Amino acid sequence: MTDLVIIGGGPAGMSAAVAAYERGVRDILILERDDNLGGILRQCIHNGFGLHKFGEELTGPEYAYRYEKKVRELGIPFKLNTMVLDITPEKRITATNPEDGIFTIEAKAIILAMGCRERAKGALNIAGTRPAGIFSAGTAQKLVNMKGYMPGKNVVILGSGDIGLIMARRMTLEGAKVAAVCELMPYSGGLARNIEQCLNDFNIPLKLSHTVTQIHGKERLTGVTIAKVDENRRPIAETREYIPCDTLLLSCGLIPENELTKCTDATLSQITGGAAVDQNRETSVDGIFACGNVLHVHDLVDYVSDEAEIAGKSAADYIDGKRNKTLNIPITTDGKIRYTVPQRITEAKELTVYFRVADVYRDVKINVYDGEKLVFSKKKQKVAPGEMEAVKLKSEIFAYAKSLKFVLEEA
Amino acid sequence: MKRTLTCIVCPLGCTLEVELDKGNVISVSGNTCVRGKEYAVTECISPMRTVTSTVKCDDGRLVAVKTSRPIPKEKMFDCVKIINNSLAHLPIGIGDVIIKDVYGSDIVATQERN
Ligand SMILES: Cc1cc2nc3c(=O)[nH]c(=O)nc-3n(C[C@H](O)[C@H](O)[C@H](O)COP(=O)(O)OP(=O)(O)OC[C@H]3O[C@@H](n4cnc5c(N)ncnc54)[C@H](O)[C@@H]3O)c2cc1C
Repeated sequence: MTDLVIIGGGPAGMSAAVAAYERGVRDILILERDDNLGGILRQCIHNGFGLHKFGEELTGPEYAYRYEKKVRELGIPFKLNTMVLDITPEKRITATNPEDGIFTIEAKAIILAMGCRERAKGALNIAGTRPAGIFSAGTAQKLVNMKGYMPGKNVVILGSGDIGLIMARRMTLEGAKVAAVCELMPYSGGLARNIEQCLNDFNIPLKLSHTVTQIHGKERLTGVTIAKVDENRRPIAETREYIPCDTLLLSCGLIPENELTKCTDATLSQITGGAAVDQNRETSVDGIFACGNVLHVHDLVDYVSDEAEIAGKSAADYIDGKRNKTLNIPITTDGKIRYTVPQRITEAKELTVYFRVADVYRDVKINVYDGEKLVFSKKKQKVAPGEMEAVKLKSEIFAYAKSLKFVLEEA
Repeated sequence: MKRTLTCIVCPLGCTLEVELDKGNVISVSGNTCVRGKEYAVTECISPMRTVTSTVKCDDGRLVAVKTSRPIPKEKMFDCVKIINNSLAHLPIGIGDVIIKDVYGSDIVATQERN
């Protein structure tokens, strides 16, 4: 029996491990399927990480290394090249690696930190042929930054997520020509700073309300047809335009990696795709916690680390039997606010609620209701789907509440 | 003259309004921090950027690198060319200087390679 098993050795898994160790847990094991700790940050070589957490601007590998170093210094055990295959609700983990074969571990507590994956082209339904030259932006990132291989010379990018924007700059600096970034929505899903420094710096056009309607080419991609879309996101035929290119990158969003979570019988949120959790990041299954991108997609790794610390500390308290669940308050939303994390409050202590909105809204109030009663309100000049928001709630606000509802209203 | 910029210093991405007179910055507004103001001034006078890339190591692997400080924006392509024409020697620690003095900055490793 192992006290704490952590699935995934990315920034979430590593900071959860460090936090649990610092809270007194010694019997910890991190299981990571890759050949190194660090997760997806290993391929994110650009700068812009860590301002919030460390007060300085780091690259992805530098940020990951800060935690890897801590894990190694504290002597927290980890197994690399180890793929977790199954987790039962009783917390029996089945995993496999070349040395141990298939093995099982029983854990007192488990932290899920498997990260997310990219939405694949199969899920996008574009008409036309299926030639070589179509990559997800993350695959292109791995090819360029870790293998030193350029996927192509003339590029179109579908989707304006941050990974796509970062790759537009990276491939341009390496000599490729990026003809356009097409975004289905009337706003970008990426950070404003990335539109500035990755597109505007290189005069790469961002075509909002545009999509790729057809793929051309037999062996290798020869071009794509793009078109403007109407307010129902349907392509407008008269606006069709052919762009010759040998490479199409897809940057159309990330999906939490929750196949294992489903094995545990934990309740999933229909909206985030991750587990529904309380303020401790504990799922509906006792002693199973989740944090990082497996729980909900974060834009900033700094917040991943914060969340993982909560999960790590809470798992330590769970193992020590120091838990004090006295409440059961569900948090609901109005749709304009798409979801919150946590989705439920079980302890009477101050907490931060993170949320995302469905559209771009200006001059709004984030109102929190306990039944009909307004218990919290905060003004915001602008909220956007690409940026996670947070509010702090004091325990007086909800100590006697039956449920809380997050509502976006005009200021 | 007025210029509107998007600050790239941090993920907030503030919209900055800069008032200019004959190339001199008169005022900056819209920033949330002092670094935003500094950015606006530099951006209007001589824009600077941090460049990140990879360098090939002796053993054929890549090591991630960055400019130790921002370099003039118009030198980004030349900087990448210099990086691509060089070779890094193992072992490499984080912060090791791989190439010295490239447009006023050093090219330093952001990854270990042993
Ligand atoms: C391609 C891509 C590029 C990104 N680029 C950026 C960026 O530029 N900037 C930014 O702020 N954020 C970026 N993100 C978001 C980034 O993922 C998060 O900021 C952060 O890395 C999330 O940390 P994590 O630990 O939750 O997930 P990850 O870093 O994804 O780590 C999860 C780890 O779990 C392991 N794992 C998964 N399943 C199993 C299993 N069954 N058994 C064992 N191990 C398993 C994985 O191998 C991985 O190491 C990117 C995401 C992706 C997918």
